[in-house]
Amino acid sequence: MTTTATVTVPTTVPEPPPRTAARHGPSTLRHGATLAWRGLVKTVHSPEALIDVTLQPVIFLLLFVYVFGGAIAGDTSAYLQFALPGVLVQTVIFASAGTGTGLADDLHTGIFDRFRSLPISRAAPLLGAIGADLARYATSGVIMLVFGTILGFRTSAGPPAIVAALLLVMAFAFALCWVFTALAMLVKDPRSVQGLGALISLPLTFGSNVFVPASTMPGWLQGWVDVNPVSKTADAVRGLLLGGPVAGPAGTALLWAAGITLVFAPIAVTLYRRRT
Amino acid sequence: MNEPAIRIEGLVKTFGATTALAGVDLEVRRGSVLGLLGPNGSGKTTTVRVLSTLLRPDGGRATVLGHDVVAEAPAVRLRIGLTGQYAAVDDALSGVENLRLIGRLLDLSRRDARRRTDELIERFGLVEAAGRRVKTYSGGMRRRLDLAASLVGRPDVLFLDEPTTGLDPRHRNEVWEHVRALAAEGTTVLLTTQYLEEADQLAEDLVVLDRGEVIASGTPASLKADVGGQLLHVRPLHRADVGAVAALLGELTSETPAIDPTGELTLSGTPARLHRLGVRLEEDGVPLAELGLRLPSLDDVFLTLTGRHAEAGPATEEAA
Repeated sequence: MTTTATVTVPTTVPEPPPRTAARHGPSTLRHGATLAWRGLVKTVHSPEALIDVTLQPVIFLLLFVYVFGGAIAGDTSAYLQFALPGVLVQTVIFASAGTGTGLADDLHTGIFDRFRSLPISRAAPLLGAIGADLARYATSGVIMLVFGTILGFRTSAGPPAIVAALLLVMAFAFALCWVFTALAMLVKDPRSVQGLGALISLPLTFGSNVFVPASTMPGWLQGWVDVNPVSKTADAVRGLLLGGPVAGPAGTALLWAAGITLVFAPIAVTLYRRRT
Repeated sequence: MNEPAIRIEGLVKTFGATTALAGVDLEVRRGSVLGLLGPNGSGKTTTVRVLSTLLRPDGGRATVLGHDVVAEAPAVRLRIGLTGQYAAVDDALSGVENLRLIGRLLDLSRRDARRRTDELIERFGLVEAAGRRVKTYSGGMRRRLDLAASLVGRPDVLFLDEPTTGLDPRHRNEVWEHVRALAAEGTTVLLTTQYLEEADQLAEDLVVLDRGEVIASGTPASLKADVGGQLLHVRPLHRADVGAVAALLGELTSETPAIDPTGELTLSGTPARLHRLGVRLEEDGVPLAELGLRLPSLDDVFLTLTGRHAEAGPATEEAA
């Protein structure tokens, strides 16, 4: 959980004045970690909560590879090579949409009232939720890689490149989870959050080069696909796993992630504070 | 220390066009149990949410153990426990995990969190269910766990927002026992309820809220005395006799009795009145279901103060 913590600090605590941050900083992290533990125990107790990050992407991959693969790439195993890195990105995006739903759920049940009546930082429950979800993202990423390998995906990359690919994907999911968190704070009803989340995540993933190379798309769509951070992240993951340019797309992807975080984390935190 | 445990002065809270609290003043003595009584929407929950630092007031001031709930919210949170209307425990965790989680958030060491958890599990009779997910708990067990969760930090002031709403009488009695025990240990308790019997059973002092304003306060006995001595109540066996009995009461006392939907007639009573009425009804041969004198209930108090009954229908969420 230590890595989670270090990733999370600079982005969540831009709000309070430095004095407060210095005084409450360490305990915020400690409480955030405790609440992340809660999230993980929950997941272990009810593995059905992991379906959206395990079974669902597996089914996606099977459908795409065997239904569309032949038509898109000529044969399914070539398509698997092309699609898996992108599906990896898609999986964690869907998982990060789940962060919003989970938070909206918590706000609904009254357990946040209890947390807020405790002498802990108001940011801790938010950090906890996101911390636990980073672990979910990692789980789903690993599952996709393993399942892809079973289906016949072959990577030329060594462990460091694979880890780098997973970290890159998680960084992007982390950035997006702020968007979904902000959404959850605005649209309190968990089911609406889920619906609106899909409205964001579907165009983001399908309007990219995750499933189909952009060259077959109309010009206006290519324009979007080219700037879509999902395409850049998928390109970088392809580069890392299959060889090819990495630095360019990875740099752009990380810039996007940083930009999204910088814009949406303060919005989410502000809405959260107002809400709570 | 004469400083009250809770002091509220001119508290105002509005939600858009709705005024939830329209200038509430109240004090809770240290170590006492105060019952905050009122129908749905009277501002009870809003008061508790302001005191437990969950809501910012729009006007006025509130302190808990001398700490301002806005300016010194962290200091307040260190000393309070809150059990809300809806059991705020995590369904997906076990009872033990829920309590340990709170312990850890209160910065107890792992060992202390475990020890405190075991104590509370034992105290609230949850030993057998301790390792089970809360999802499988009954309503009464959840409520007890919720109460236990609010006690992990040994709070000096405990807020109970309708702690027994939705519980059957047996479980309600269990919760009452726990509240009494806590009060006996010196915990200051502020309890909201719409059950008059509950307030009567648990609270030493009562504050009656209606539409965001305090309409009465005092001990249960003094509030009842305000309504005026004893009440004479009579209920004929047959609904058809209600009119005749009312007429007879009017003739005997030249007062108009209140008639409730069950056909019970009440008016202020003395033993002499009771006797005369009994004799006359006997002579007239009116069969009775009930006849007697009683002290006014809190419902009578509420009815006198507001012209409405306090007991509400099915509990609905108060604007919060």
